Amino acid sequence: MRTCACAPVRVSVFGFLAAFGFHPCVFCLVLLLSFACACAAPAASAPSGMVRVPAGVYRPLFRSDSDAKEVSVKAFSLDIHPVTNAGFLDFVRANPRWRRSQVKRLFADENYLKHWAGDLEPGAAVTTNAPVTWVSWFAAKSFAAWAGKRLLTTAEWELVAAASPTRTDGENDAEFKKQIAAWHSSPSPERLPPVGTGRANFFGAHDLHGLVWEWVADFNTAMVTGDARGDSGLERQLFCGSGSQGAKDVTDYAAFMRFGFRSSLKADYAVHNLGFRCAKVL
Amino acid sequence: MIALSLCAASPVSAAEADLTKPKGPVAKGVDSTLVGEETAVLTQAPQVPPPIRRTHATKVIVKLEVREVVKKMADGVEYLFWTFGGGVPGSFIRIREGDLVEFTLANHPSSKMPHNIDLHAVTGPGGGASSSFTAPGHSSQFSFKALNPGLYVYHCATAPVPMHVGNGMYGLILVEPKEGLPAVDREYYVMQGEFYTMGKYGAEGLQMFDQEKATDERPTYVVFNGSVGALVGDKAITAKVGETVRLYVGNGGPNLLSSFHVIGEIFDRIYPEGGSIVQKNVQTTLVPAGGSTIVEFKVEVPGTFIIVDHSLSRAFNKGALGMLKVAGPENLLVYSGKEIDAVYLGRQADAGSESDKQVAALQAQMKEAIKSDPKISGLTKDIQIAKGKGVFMQTCFVCHQLNGEGIPAQIPPLAKSDYLMSDKDRSIRAVVHGMSGEITVNGKKFNGQMVALNYLPDEDIANVLTYVRNSFGNSGDAVSVAEVRRIRSEAPPPVNAGDQFE
Repeated sequence: MRTCACAPVRVSVFGFLAAFGFHPCVFCLVLLLSFACACAAPAASAPSGMVRVPAGVYRPLFRSDSDAKEVSVKAFSLDIHPVTNAGFLDFVRANPRWRRSQVKRLFADENYLKHWAGDLEPGAAVTTNAPVTWVSWFAAKSFAAWAGKRLLTTAEWELVAAASPTRTDGENDAEFKKQIAAWHSSPSPERLPPVGTGRANFFGAHDLHGLVWEWVADFNTAMVTGDARGDSGLERQLFCGSGSQGAKDVTDYAAFMRFGFRSSLKADYAVHNLGFRCAKVL
Repeated sequence: MIALSLCAASPVSAAEADLTKPKGPVAKGVDSTLVGEETAVLTQAPQVPPPIRRTHATKVIVKLEVREVVKKMADGVEYLFWTFGGGVPGSFIRIREGDLVEFTLANHPSSKMPHNIDLHAVTGPGGGASSSFTAPGHSSQFSFKALNPGLYVYHCATAPVPMHVGNGMYGLILVEPKEGLPAVDREYYVMQGEFYTMGKYGAEGLQMFDQEKATDERPTYVVFNGSVGALVGDKAITAKVGETVRLYVGNGGPNLLSSFHVIGEIFDRIYPEGGSIVQKNVQTTLVPAGGSTIVEFKVEVPGTFIIVDHSLSRAFNKGALGMLKVAGPENLLVYSGKEIDAVYLGRQADAGSESDKQVAALQAQMKEAIKSDPKISGLTKDIQIAKGKGVFMQTCFVCHQLNGEGIPAQIPPLAKSDYLMSDKDRSIRAVVHGMSGEITVNGKKFNGQMVALNYLPDEDIANVLTYVRNSFGNSGDAVSVAEVRRIRSEAPPPVNAGDQFE
């Protein structure tokens, strides 16, 4: 049942973007040129509430021998913030079938919007402009379509999230890494704070880290590549220490945790610290 | 416990058990060896579930909940522990060889991370890890048959594994052999693990996981049962004199090996690495990361026995210290307690010291004096005195001083000493066997300790006693080698019986 529902997103982004022949240096050049363009006319390219992310290259944490080492990502527009409770309320008002009392159990488990007081009232226990959580992948996908957008791919999300406030390669920003680690070392808050309180990252987006996990369109590609567990290097890497040898960077614990989190999910799951944001093709 | 005892009292047949099977997925196929069903009793360290009394295999339901909780690491130090069952180490699971375990891993809704479990007692890929990978607010179930008896570690195996284990995700599962383990009086659960925090040892507040320290295997804390002091003071494990204690010892790691040792005890029996072979009379046993050991020992005397990782910087500086408190009557035949508390000044003055130079000068002077007076050589007593002075200068003067005056209130005088001169045998005895306790010398009380100088040859003792009995204002006869031999052949006087010298 679930397998069938997930089928549309099972195509690996690593797969169809694999054939890219440029040398990495060329990518850098392209990247720089793109930023220059973005600076020249940012308003023209990104809709309201979104920022423009120039084309770039994502190096997957996990890949099998047949997957590309680098994945090119085309320029896209990105929500500055995760979708909030207020934003999601508009969606369920307009789409009664996504209200808590009416949602099909196939598309959202019994935890769906469980923190809201009612179908159309987040209630006093919820901060209106905090990220919406307890939403399934199906719900997030429908929201995006309703908003004229789409969910991000893993490659897009990781490309954006790799950026610290000052640079695209946040892995070389010690303070940035420390802040991510701090989130992993602190308990979940009783009540999520509002979006946008922290510093924007290099691309102008907020809250990629330190607030909630986020759904991506192809969340299940991190784990599912074949029928048998044994035929996939990807899955082994998620479970045993020795398998991590195949990962791009075995010191990137934060990335391991994101991939681990995504691969623990099913599309109907609603989780307390899992929200989403949307993207749009330029 | 109730389930266990109920089952033990009235085992149901396999046919009856089928009727009571719960709905939901169960293990494939029919196992005719299974009788009945029960829910495992899980305990938090240092407690251990009761021994299994039943003599047949059964279906055991184990429900373990993962919780991420802020708890105390040390005084003023907090840490976000990731736990199996709410504490570190995780809940102790006890089953019997041949049991079919229906295992449910639940991940609390408030968890930030997904988790899974790899039980080393499981025969199967990943030890259950792939079947139990669980998002926050969900649960997973799988079943396994306990094929091999032993004490096994379980742990989380979600990437990054060193972080999940380094945050406390480990525990023990005991698969009792079919014939059971020998009965003991006390059983406890002790598990070592190390933690890597951004702050130094003792740095206060909520501490963050330090990935760099973890990768370098430089822990900030090495502890038993999840925190500094978890087995100390009021929380010490206890026993009574005469009881046999069994410790189920695990090492979660994630990286260090433990040199497990109980100070003042010898393990009568151990099951090295938690396996089936019994090794006897072991002082320190190695517990590998992700491994275990079972140790057993009878406690013979009362007192506090310190449990350590004998890689001692961990015990002294990082918290790897616990206590076993044993109550009951003393057994002085096994252990006397402190018998003597004595000043020890060394046999000889340090080479090159002022005293050493003085000794050398006096010896030279003495040699010269003997040489220059041919009459001395013919006089036995005088020779004894002269030779005895040499011994005195090497051995005795450090305490009794060059002039034989001793040290007021500490070292009794030899000079004009009524105590020395009034009993020749007693003075020989003091040198040969040592002496302690209160004595009165020239009207002044002393309560010290004279070390037995029995390493000196009989001749040296005879000479030195002759010397002191004829120096410092004393005048007496010579002490013969025969007299010294006689005293040496006596049994040494009972210790702490200074009164007899009065």
